[in-house]
This record gives sequence, structure tokens and C-alpha cells, in this order.
Amino acid sequence: MLAGKAGMAEDFFALFDIPRAFAVDTGGLEIRYRDIQSRVHPDKHAHLTEADRRVAMQWATLANEAYQTLKNPLLRARYLLRLVGHETQMENNTAMAPEFLIEQMEWRESVIESREAGDIAGLETLQARLRRQTKAQYATLQADLDEKHDYAAASDMVRQLMFQEKLLHEIDDAIEAIEA
Amino acid sequence: MALLQIAEPGQSTAPHEHRLAVGIDLGTTNSLVATVKSGMSVVLSDDQGRSLLPSVVQYGHDGTHEVGFNAQSRQAEDPKNTIVSVKRFMGRSLADIAHVETMPYDFIETEGMIKLRTAQGVKSPVEVSADILRVLRERAEAALGGTLTGAVVTVPAYFDDAQRQATKDAARLAGLNVLRLLNEPTAAAIAYGLDNSAEGVYAVYDLGGGTFDISILRLSKGIFEVLSTGGDSALGGDDFDQRVFCWIIERAELAPLSPSDARMLLTRAREAKEYLTGHGEAPITARLASGEYVDLQLTTEIFTEITRTLVQKTLAPVRKALRDAGLTVDEIKGVVMVGGATRMPQIQRAVGEFFGQQPLNNLDPDKVVALGAATQANLLAGNRAAGDDWLLLDVIPLSLGIETMGGLVEKIIPRNSTIPVARAQEFTTFRDGQTAMAVHVVQGERELVSDCRSLARFELRGIPPMVAGAARIRVTFQVDADGLLSVTARELTSGHEARVEVKPSYGLSDDEIASMLKAGISHASDDAFRRALREAQVEAQRLIEATRSALREDSALLNEKELADVEAAVARLQTVVIGDDRAAIDSAMAALNKATAELAARRMNQSVKRVLAGRKVEELGS
Ligand SMILES: Nc1ncnc2c1ncn2[C@@H]1O[C@H](COP(=O)(O)OP(=O)(O)OP(=O)(O)O)[C@@H](O)[C@H]1O
Ligand SMILES: [Mg+2]
Repeated sequence: MLAGKAGMAEDFFALFDIPRAFAVDTGGLEIRYRDIQSRVHPDKHAHLTEADRRVAMQWATLANEAYQTLKNPLLRARYLLRLVGHETQMENNTAMAPEFLIEQMEWRESVIESREAGDIAGLETLQARLRRQTKAQYATLQADLDEKHDYAAASDMVRQLMFQEKLLHEIDDAIEAIEA
Repeated sequence: MALLQIAEPGQSTAPHEHRLAVGIDLGTTNSLVATVKSGMSVVLSDDQGRSLLPSVVQYGHDGTHEVGFNAQSRQAEDPKNTIVSVKRFMGRSLADIAHVETMPYDFIETEGMIKLRTAQGVKSPVEVSADILRVLRERAEAALGGTLTGAVVTVPAYFDDAQRQATKDAARLAGLNVLRLLNEPTAAAIAYGLDNSAEGVYAVYDLGGGTFDISILRLSKGIFEVLSTGGDSALGGDDFDQRVFCWIIERAELAPLSPSDARMLLTRAREAKEYLTGHGEAPITARLASGEYVDLQLTTEIFTEITRTLVQKTLAPVRKALRDAGLTVDEIKGVVMVGGATRMPQIQRAVGEFFGQQPLNNLDPDKVVALGAATQANLLAGNRAAGDDWLLLDVIPLSLGIETMGGLVEKIIPRNSTIPVARAQEFTTFRDGQTAMAVHVVQGERELVSDCRSLARFELRGIPPMVAGAARIRVTFQVDADGLLSVTARELTSGHEARVEVKPSYGLSDDEIASMLKAGISHASDDAFRRALREAQVEAQRLIEATRSALREDSALLNEKELADVEAAVARLQTVVIGDDRAAIDSAMAALNKATAELAARRMNQSVKRVLAGRKVEELGS
């Protein structure tokens, strides 16, 4: 749909001309994103023809999508898995390790408790703990993807991380609800 | 080896042609127009040297209307026909508006946007706003001595799609070519950032007459990147007036007020509020038509007390915006204050305490938005000089979603996504042989459809009958650089691409705008018609020039047939542009735009490849 004919649009890594790997030099990625946006952004073409403006919007949309995908580690991992043909089918594949699910339930209970008590500090502590754990999981994910090329293990980890990120989000919402 | 000369996008190919472009701050209370003159952004004044235009329109019984100071002075005399703070009605229905009972207008509840019955018939907020914008356009054209190429019109960052669409419609109705809708705090950040060569993360706190915005931006190497935005599109100085107004009624034990008295007391309330910014006490005196007499003293203490919750109400969105940006207060380098209402000491204090630093007040809070908008307009019009360049990356303030089973919302594009942004979502049928499907697009953060703003409903028809779940319909949501949504849908399985273009239910269709413009033109003299024709001609000439210049640089990107098609379309437009057939010009322009689509795409691909190659060379060298 977008500037697909460019070829590079089909692979976000190629679009930014960076190596296809989970480990990403985020600084370099950002510089390239800004380079591209500085060329394609609709504001650079506002005085040009309608055809130019349309192309600019499509390109800038693509650059944003590509950048957001590669910048966010979870989206990047999913995208990489898709590129190697290992789609993380979240919907049909929900078998998770029981220990993980139990831990998730405990987390969730703590969130609900703190939320009901209106305990913002408690929620923030939970959030910090969860963040630390998530960080370690991302390190494992990187090894699975870039070194071991163990895509099955990587898919499992991605699935776990999706739970974790969702939980982080819910804690945000809980804090917001208390503040409001 | 000869060096290739590459014209950068945005740089005018004809260096001496200066295009007339303005920035317009269409405020709840005051509106302004500014432009860039000899490299400096300046606000344009009226013939009496006044830069602010009160956003007030009075529709007289004699068929004439007044805008600005004259209208403002008639508020109490003719409250029903004198529309103030019309911005609060943009893209809103009656149910959305607070304090309707104290408003003197004759509202008409219609499907979608509210309307007002006036001495000159039914007016929509879009038309009232257009009357304000028209005065500013005329002011600018008189000052600059020519027709405007385009305008950047500002909107509160927290405006939703319906409010943005209404603003754009109003500008078009006023005969403006909208180069961009720009978020008010972002416009302020441009003005502040460029003036102070600021680098780092800044917060812009904008409390105007009717709206509140908070935006968190990162300024770095010529890029203004909005990290998050939040606010309340119905919170501003007007609400402080309302609190004082209620206090007066309670204190003076007044009987129910006539519309004229209510209007007058609201004005007194506002005067007292503004007076308190520099004084410890404000006298409020008024003689009402009912014979009652008001004589009160409003102290700073009482004022602070009765408005405390309003001040607190601005801090919740600030916290949320920080959290969305993933930042804490100590990471904020400076807080830029914008909007007349930030003059209030209790606001200054609350913001200073919250951020743990003195807010930045070195800009004129009334003018900074218009000045920033003018700078951006100048850039967008292609007037920039070499080196004078920056990029603005803004976000969408509220999530977009669709209604799913049980009246729940499924988010498609989350708030604070950098625009332009698009997301596609696939749908399928749930009954055998189902040939139509209803899609309901909403905007907001809540889980229930009923708590979000309904933007558009449309029905996809002509789905080939299949078993349930077999059809695949892809719906694409595109938000453009103005923050405006468009939706397209395609049926994928049948290979046949049924496309629907959806306009939000609150917006005007292109046809409606055209007919409103035409109605306006037929009332007016031939002048207006000639003006429209001249604008089309200028636009067409520009298109011809732009196409020629693209061909000069890059005709090699086209094959013979493609090149011949483009040239034929140029020739066709050239023959009609000298005539006075507006429709022929429009259709020849559309044809040329279509013929150059491929060229535009290939030029952009080439440009992106070059910039990345340039980056590589730079990195090898370093
Ligand atoms: N000295 C002052 N003290 C307190 N409030 C003031 C003062 N001067 C102006 N205001 C208030 O500022 C508000 C107008 O601000 P401004 O002109 O920035 O708003 P606007 O741009 O028209 O509105 P918006 O941005 O919300 O659409 C009014 O409510 C006005 O009463
Ligand atoms: Mg304002």
C-alpha cells in the first residue's frame, strides 16, 4: 500500500540501512529516522503538488511505523520473528509455563490490592520490580535471537514479555485512576 | 567529476519569489494573525494598531455583522446575537457544553454539531469562526499587498478530530488555503526554541480563554519532537470567570438574571479576575436592569479559594503527559508558559511548585502562538533560506478506535503516536452470506463506546456472499499531519477493492463547503468570483512550474510514455489556465496531479536513498 515499490519499504531494517538483528544501536537508528523524516515529512512538501504531498504523507507514515517498530524491543522482536517466518501467533498459542502464569496472577493480585488501597507508592514499587525483571528477560531474548537463533525460545519469551508489558500498562492505568 | 546539484525539498526553486503566508491563532477569546517579514515574525495589527482581535461576532438585524472590538462592546446590549467563545462549540453537540443554562443563545440541537439561531438565520460554529478568520485574512492581505498562498491555523493540541475538522472547514470557508493545522503549544515551542536556541526537554503549559494544553517536547538539533500531549479542551480563563460570576450571584443574592445582566456580570467577573493579577483586591460594582445593585470586593484569598479546583484540574493532565513521555519532573529543563490565563499568580505558583522550578515567562503569552505559527507557515510555503530549517514531529492527542461487540472500544491508534500514522485492521463476517458490515469509529481513552466521541459510522457494502468468517475486509485508518483521520476499506478475498472514504460525521463534505462558498459568492459582488478564479489560476501556474522543475531535474526517472503523459497533462492545463472556466482548470489540475503521481513517488525514493548514502559517507569519514 505504501511506497512498496521502493523495495526497502518491505524490510524496516533495510529502510534504515541497519543490520537485521535484535541488538540495535538506538542512537544510530534515531539519527537515520530523523534523516529520512527530514526528507519525506509532509511539512517539507506542503508547497508542492498534490501528488508530492500524497507521497510525502505515505513515506512519513511508513518511516514512523518502521521507527516505532524497531525502537520498541518487543515490537522489534516480533517483527524479526516474522521476517524469519516465525510468526508469534498470540491468539492460537496460549500455552504458557504454569510457573509463569502463577507469578502473573500474584503480580495482578498485588496490583489490585494497591489499587483498591489507593496506594500509589506501592504501585510504583511494583512497577520498578517488574521493570527490573523485564530487563533481564530482554537480555535473554537478545541471546536467543542474535546468538543462538533459537526462534522457538524467543517466541516463548516474547509471549511472556507481552504479559509483562501489559501489566506495566495496567499499573500505569491504576495510578492514573487513583490520581483522577 | 561534476557535483550533482540536488534541490532540497522545501527550498524554493525560484529564490526571489516570496510567497505570502501567515500564521493564525484562532483563540477562544482573542485571535491574531502574524507573518514573517524580513526574517522576523511579526503580528499584524488593525488600522488602529491593535494586534488582538476579540473572537466575538455580532449578527445585526440590519443584515450586517461586526467582528472584534465593536462586537465585543455590544455583548450586553444584544447578547443573543453576539457570539463569544465560539471555539467552545466547534465540533460539539449541545450535550457536550457546560453551563448552557447561563448562555444567552438560541441553540438548535441538530445531529452532530450544535447550531445557533441569530438575527441572520441559523449559524454553525464553523460559519461564525469563518467570519473571524475572514477579517484576519483581509487584514493580512491589506498589510502584505497580495493574495495569500496559505495559512497555518493553530488548534489546541487536545482538540479531537471533530474539533480539528471544524477548524479546517472554517478556514476554507473563509477563503484560506490551509497549509497545516498546528498545535498551539507546538507553535509556542517553535517560537521559544528558535528564539533561545533551546535544546533539551521542555514542557509547554498553555492555559487560554477556553482550552488547556500541556505538551512535552524534546528540542534537539533543529528537531521539535512532541513526546506527549494532554489537556482539557473545555478548561480555561472562561471557567475562572464563571466561578467569580457564581460567587457574585450568591453574595449579592440576586434574583434570576436577564440575558443582558448575565452577560454584563460575566464581563465584570472577568475584569475583576484580570485586575487581581496585579492587585490584592478587586471591586465589583454593577447596576442591573432589574434595579438591583452589586457592590462587592473580591479578595485574592477568596478568588484563590473558589478557583482552587480549576487549578488542580490542570495538573492531572500534566502528570499524565509526563508519564506518557516516560519522564519525571526533574528531567524537564524548562516550562514555557502560554496563554493569557497563565498570568494568574495562583497558576504561576502551582506550576512552579509542581515542576520545582520558576516557569519561563519571557514570551508574550498572548502572541507567542501566532508568532510560532507564522514561522511555520513561512517554512511550509517554501520561503526558507538555506540553513534556516527545522522539522516538527507532532502526535495525535487521543486514541482512535472502533466499536466491537458489547459496545466496547478496540484501540487502533494509541494516543501520542507520531503523525502521520496509519494502521490497518482486518475484519470478517460473522453470518453466512453477510454482504454488509457496520463500522463505528470513535476517539477517546475510555473502554466504553458511549464514553468516547463518535467520529464516524459507515457501512461496508457489496461484500461477496461467503461463509461466515471467510471474507477479509481491511480497514485502514490514516491520520495525516494535521491530525485528521480518514478511513478506507477494501475487501481482500474477492480481489475487488471496494474503497470507502469516510468523513467524520461532524465535518462538512467538500460539496457542502463548495456550496457554502458559492452561496457566499453569489451574495457578494463579482469580485469574490474573480478572486476565486484568480486563486485557481495562481494555483495552476504553480503546479505547472513545480512539474516543470521536477521534470528538469528528474525526467530520467520516467519512461517515454510516462513522460509524454505528463507533458500532455501540462499542455492541457496550460491551455485552460488563461481562460475563465474554473471547472476546466480544476479538472486539468486533477489530471496533472494524477499523471505526476509516479514521478513524485520515484523522486522521493531517490531522495531517501541519497540521504542514507550521505549518512554512510559521513560515518565512514568520521
Ligand atoms: N492579566 C490577566 N490576569 C488573568 N487572566 C488574564 C489576564 N489577561 C488575560 N487573561 C485571561 O486570559 C484569557 C485569554 O487568554 P488567551 O488570549 O491566551 O486565550 P485564547 O487564545 O483566546 O484562548 P484559547 O487558547 O483557549 O483558545 C482570558 O480568560 C483572559 O481573561
Ligand atoms: Mg490561545
